[in-house]
Amino acid sequence: MIYSEQLPILLMIFPLFAAFAISVTGVFHTRYCYPVAVCALIGSLYTSVGVLFEVLEKGVIHYRLGGWPPPFGIEYVIDYLNGLVLVVVSFVSLGAVIFSKESVKQELPDKIPQFYTLFVLLVTGLLGMTVTGDAFNLYVLLEISALATYALIAMGKGRAMFSSFIYVIMGTLGACFYLLGVGHLYIMTGSLNMGDLYTLMPDLYASHAILVAFLLILVGIWIKMAFFPLHGWLPNAYTYAPTATSCLIAPLMTKVSVYIMIRIMFSTFSPAFVFNTFAAANVIVWMAVAAIIGGSILALAQTDFKKMLTYLIVAEVGYMVGGIWLANRHGITGAILHIVNDALMTLCLFLVVGIIVYKTKGHQFNNMQGLYKKMPITMAAFTIGALSMIGVPPTAGFFSKWYLILGAIDSGQWSFMAALLFSSLVNAVLFFRVIEIGYFEPFADHHGHGHHDGAAIAIDEAPLSMLAPLVVVALSLIILGVYAGYIVTNVIQFAVPAGI
Amino acid sequence: METIITDYNYWIYILLMMIGLYAMLSQNNLVKKIIGMSIFQTAIIVFYVSIGAKKDATIPIIEHGHGHGAASQAISALQYVNPLPHVLMLTAIVVAVSTLGVALAIILGIHRQYGTLEEDEILEQI
Repeated sequence: MIYSEQLPILLMIFPLFAAFAISVTGVFHTRYCYPVAVCALIGSLYTSVGVLFEVLEKGVIHYRLGGWPPPFGIEYVIDYLNGLVLVVVSFVSLGAVIFSKESVKQELPDKIPQFYTLFVLLVTGLLGMTVTGDAFNLYVLLEISALATYALIAMGKGRAMFSSFIYVIMGTLGACFYLLGVGHLYIMTGSLNMGDLYTLMPDLYASHAILVAFLLILVGIWIKMAFFPLHGWLPNAYTYAPTATSCLIAPLMTKVSVYIMIRIMFSTFSPAFVFNTFAAANVIVWMAVAAIIGGSILALAQTDFKKMLTYLIVAEVGYMVGGIWLANRHGITGAILHIVNDALMTLCLFLVVGIIVYKTKGHQFNNMQGLYKKMPITMAAFTIGALSMIGVPPTAGFFSKWYLILGAIDSGQWSFMAALLFSSLVNAVLFFRVIEIGYFEPFADHHGHGHHDGAAIAIDEAPLSMLAPLVVVALSLIILGVYAGYIVTNVIQFAVPAGI
Repeated sequence: METIITDYNYWIYILLMMIGLYAMLSQNNLVKKIIGMSIFQTAIIVFYVSIGAKKDATIPIIEHGHGHGAASQAISALQYVNPLPHVLMLTAIVVAVSTLGVALAIILGIHRQYGTLEEDEILEQI
């Protein structure tokens, strides 16, 4: 059937054309922006699930853009790894876009068309980065999503504009390093296709140019994913971004960057090069340990709930990078499972922040006093998200952490295991403190915030368009936890490169 | 010494890149940071464009209509410069221009918000 052959490109075409449609219709009427964006992302989710099932049935899909054969034309490759990541990206972005309706109306009433245009463009970039099999195409899509993110963050209030500027500088630096690395690969091999590079490079592994290329690409991606010493831009940018924006970028940007790192390490270079020739795995696991501990300690120091979550993202990046560089099956399985779980956990917690901001106009800890009585459903979902972040068994977070710890034991990286346990403890302290504030401290009226609005919004349960995605995501955390074994044996097992 | 002369294109791009990096990281004025960013991106474009060049090679357009028969149609890749890095850089230029546009728009907003473009003065106000 011709339709099913075109699925890999369709999943990008939906949000791309929606971006055009929204920017045109937005001129006449802002009412149509939201439904168009939702429909486009439903289309993406539908096609990405279709693509994943096709991969499970028939194996790896190679899609040639314009029918040109791989080394000359751009090729889209979908295997077990990015099939899974595609579903996560489109699911999370659909949840975030459904949630955004009321929040955008409240925070950005005069920028609705611009917001949704950039929003779907960002999703296009993320899906494209996941699906592409061409190193230069990846750079272009990386920049498409980054440019959309800069503008989306700059729409926020307060420090947003300045934080976004710092992100522009750092993000451009990261992308340029990546481009420079790709240039070195091109000089050495004359090819830009990842599969082609994989077959051409083994003879050249001894060359210094290849080593420099790998280092440049790695550092570039690390800046993009805010790996610990390079994380400086992330917390402010994500904290001051508009609520609906941070619901999309916080779960996805770092996770897609981790996916790109896996793709570069195992499908462009090979495990043999990365773990034997490059031979810096120990150093990088130590850096991951620093990321986990540093992120956790910085999170402890915060009194702002949203900012605390952004530091936890920095710690979670350490989990995934460390898991991959453990260089064994359990570690990599854990890291890939954690991409899925962490995207959903972060989305769940940021949706809760979004509802609290919508109702109380702030995201400090004292905005949460007494909320368990006022909005029980929201806070129940928050509790599930928090338990998953800590890693309590029935929820998804436990299982990826379990695999990561098994991986640490397998390769004898006790420091990494200690860091994981330390981070779980810190998470427990952090989230039980928030739960205590929400459950036991009495509800206080915040006259300081928004008394101009009068009693426009009473503090009670959020509207359905906000609550529905939150409840679905919270339940999916438990369902993912229950089916973690199924996902590992049927999908992730095949995504881990053979011979590890 | 010989490597400096024969591979001078690499030395030029490294020099440009370091100038850009220095300006991005050390300048206090936000506009100067953006100028540094542009120099940095241009350095990479210089790098890519220079690797496509060859001595005694011509523009990569196949000449038709000269001579007849199979022998005159044979194409020797050595005669032409490599067009691929140049085409890639067209895309990279577009990306660089749009990044510059977004950065300038953000700077306009910052100036409206704080009334200054000096980083230390902005940080004082925050």
